[in-house]
Amino acid sequence: MPEITDTMATTIENPVSGIDQSSGNFKYDMTYDFDAGTGLNERTVDYISSVKKEAPWIRDFRQSALKQFFAKPLPTHWASKDLENINFDKIRYYLSQGLKPKRTWAEVPEDIKRTFERLGIPEQERKFLAGVEAQFDSEAAYSNIKEAVSKQGVIFMNSTEGLREHPEIFRKFFGKVIPTGDNKFSALNSAVFSGGSFIYVPPGVKVSHPLQAYFRINAENFGQFERTLIICDEGSELTYMEGCTAPKFSTATLHSAVVELVALKGAKIQYITVQNWSSNVFNLVTKRGLAHEEAEIKWIDCNIGSRLTMKYPGVVLKGRKSRGEVISIALANDGQHQDTGAKMIHAADETTSTVVSKSISVGQGRATYRGVVHIPRHLKGCKNNTECDALLISTNSRTDTYPAITVRGDRHAVQHEASVSKVSAEQIFYMQQRGLTEGQAMSLSVNGFINDLARQFPMEYSVELKRLIDLEMEGSVG
Amino acid sequence: MGPNGTGKSTLAKAIAGHPDYVITQGDVLIDGKSILEKETDERAREGIFLAFQYPSEIPGVSIANFLRAALQARMSEGEEIDASGYYKRLYQKMDLLKIDRKFTSRSVNEGFSGGEKKRSEILQMAMLEPRFALMDETDSGLDIDALKIVADGVNHLRGPNLGILLITHYQRLLGYIVPDHVHVMIDGRIVKSGDKSLALELESRGYDWVKQELATA
Repeated sequence: MPEITDTMATTIENPVSGIDQSSGNFKYDMTYDFDAGTGLNERTVDYISSVKKEAPWIRDFRQSALKQFFAKPLPTHWASKDLENINFDKIRYYLSQGLKPKRTWAEVPEDIKRTFERLGIPEQERKFLAGVEAQFDSEAAYSNIKEAVSKQGVIFMNSTEGLREHPEIFRKFFGKVIPTGDNKFSALNSAVFSGGSFIYVPPGVKVSHPLQAYFRINAENFGQFERTLIICDEGSELTYMEGCTAPKFSTATLHSAVVELVALKGAKIQYITVQNWSSNVFNLVTKRGLAHEEAEIKWIDCNIGSRLTMKYPGVVLKGRKSRGEVISIALANDGQHQDTGAKMIHAADETTSTVVSKSISVGQGRATYRGVVHIPRHLKGCKNNTECDALLISTNSRTDTYPAITVRGDRHAVQHEASVSKVSAEQIFYMQQRGLTEGQAMSLSVNGFINDLARQFPMEYSVELKRLIDLEMEGSVG
Repeated sequence: MGPNGTGKSTLAKAIAGHPDYVITQGDVLIDGKSILEKETDERAREGIFLAFQYPSEIPGVSIANFLRAALQARMSEGEEIDASGYYKRLYQKMDLLKIDRKFTSRSVNEGFSGGEKKRSEILQMAMLEPRFALMDETDSGLDIDALKIVADGVNHLRGPNLGILLITHYQRLLGYIVPDHVHVMIDGRIVKSGDKSLALELESRGYDWVKQELATA
C-alpha cells in the first residue's frame, strides 16, 4: 500500500483509522487501507489521485472529467428513466482491496451457492465471486502468462501500473478513442477510474494465447470503474478476454467501465466479454476501438444479468480498408433491461463493418438494440451489414430495436436485417414429447437461437455460456 | 383409420398430453396406472412417443444434440451419456434408415423436405426406444421410395416390446406395414374393428358404407 503524504493528511478525513488526521502533522508508515468515502466531489477525485501517486497531468485529467460529469445531464431523453434511481451521493468511488465490504460464506444466498456448484467454479474462486474474499489468488497463473508474453515485448499490466511505468505510451492513446465528454458515464469513469488492464503489443507480434483478465481476478480488476487501454502496434494480433460467466455478487450497484482499443495499421484485436451481473447492478459501459488502415477490431460481447446494462461497443474505421465487427448476445431476465448494440463510424474509404446482435427476453425482461451506422458523403466503397434478432420467451417479454443508419453518397452498400421470434407452444410441446422438461426445452431453444454466435466464443466460454443459459431458463419456467 | 377431421390426431395428441386438449372423460393407462396427471415430458419418459404429422423446427439445435439431450433427460441425476457409444448407436440407426451422416449436424426439421422430416421422426423413435409409438399420418407427403424406407424402419422396430398406433387415411402404407388390428374412427369413436382385411375393404369401398352401417344400427 502506498503511504499517505503530509499534505493529504491535512485535507482528507479517513474513516478507517479513526484518527483525526486534520489535527497534527502525521506521517503514516503503517500498512493502510484507503477509502474515499461516499459521494463525489473534487476532494474525492484528488484523494484517488493521491493514493495512486499520479502525475499532475492525470490529476488534472480527472478533475476536468469530474466537471464534465457534473455538467452533463443523464441521457434520459433517449435512455431508460431508471437511470434516475442511481444515487450518486451514496456511492463509494474508491476502495482499496483491504476495504472491500466482506461477508461470510454463510451469508451467501443458497441459490448463488447452487449456481457456483452447477457452473463448476473452483472453491477458491467461489469465495471471491461471492464477495467473501477480496482477492482470488491467481497471481501464479498471471505471472506465467505475463512472463511468456513479455518475452515478445508485450506489456500486460494493471492500468494503474501502466500509467506509472509507461506514461509515454499511455498518455499518447489514453482518452483519445473515447473522449472524456463522450457521455456522462465516460466522464464519470475518467474522473474516478481505477483498475482495468493496460496492454501494448509491439509491431508484428502475434500473441498466440488469449490474454485474460480472469488470470488476475482481484478486487482492483473487478472494480466499479475499470479503465482498459489496449494498443496493438502495426501488424500485431491480440485476443483479450474479460469477465467470466460466473455470477458476480457485488455490493456496489454502479459499474461504469471504459475500454479503449487502438489497432494500428494492419493490426487485429479481438475483445471478448462475458458478463453476468447480479440483478441490482447498473452496468453502464463505454467501449470503442479505433481501427487504422487495414486493421481489424472485433468485439464479442455477452451480457447476462444486471438491472440495467447500457453498452454499445463501437469501432471508428479511421483507416482505409479497416474492418469492424460487433457480435453481441444479451439475455434479459425478469426485471432486467439489456440496452445494448453497436456503433460503426466509417471514416475512410472501403471500410467494412458487421453487426450481429441476438437478444433473448424472458418473463418481464426487456432487450433493446441500439445501433449507429454512419457513412459520410465523401467516402466511397463502404459496407455495413447488420443483423439483429430478438427472441421472446414469454407473452409479456419485451424487445425494442432502434437502428440509426446514416448513409450519404451513392457508392456504399448497407444492409439491415431484423427479426423477432417467439418460442412457440408447439415447439416446446414437441421437445417435451421427446422427454425434455419444459425448462430443458426452453434452454435448448435459446441455446439453438444463439448457437451460431456462441460458436465464435472460445470453447470454454461457450460451454460456460450454455450452462449459464440452462440455469437462467430453468428458473424462468414453472 | 378414419376420414379427415374425425379425431385421429386429436386422440394421439391428447394421449401425449398436448396442452390444447382437456380430457373430460375417460382415462389413459400404462400398466394399469393413469398417466393423465403427468406432464408431457413425464409421459414421454414413461415410453410414449408421438411421431408428429407436422414436426416443429428447432433452429440452431442439431439432430445429434437434440437426441442426446432427450436421452440425457432419461438418465438419473449425475449420470452422463457416453458420447462415443451414443454416436455409434446413432450412426447404426441412421444406416438402417438410409440417412446420410451429414444429417446429424442439421438443425432439427429446419429446411427439411417432407420425407426428411418423417425419416427424422423414425430416427428419433429408433433412438428413444419407446414402449408405445403413436404415428400420426407418417405416410403423408412421402413419395414411394421414402415410404418404403419409413416402412422398413417401422418394421424393424416392431416387436413384442413396442406397441404401435399407426394413424392413416389410406391403405397405401399398409401394403408395407401389415397391421395386427385395424380400427375405424368416425366422429371421435372407434366404430369398427377388424384385421388387415378391413383396411382393404375400406380402400375399395371408402368410409361411407361404415357411416351408413352406423346410421342404420
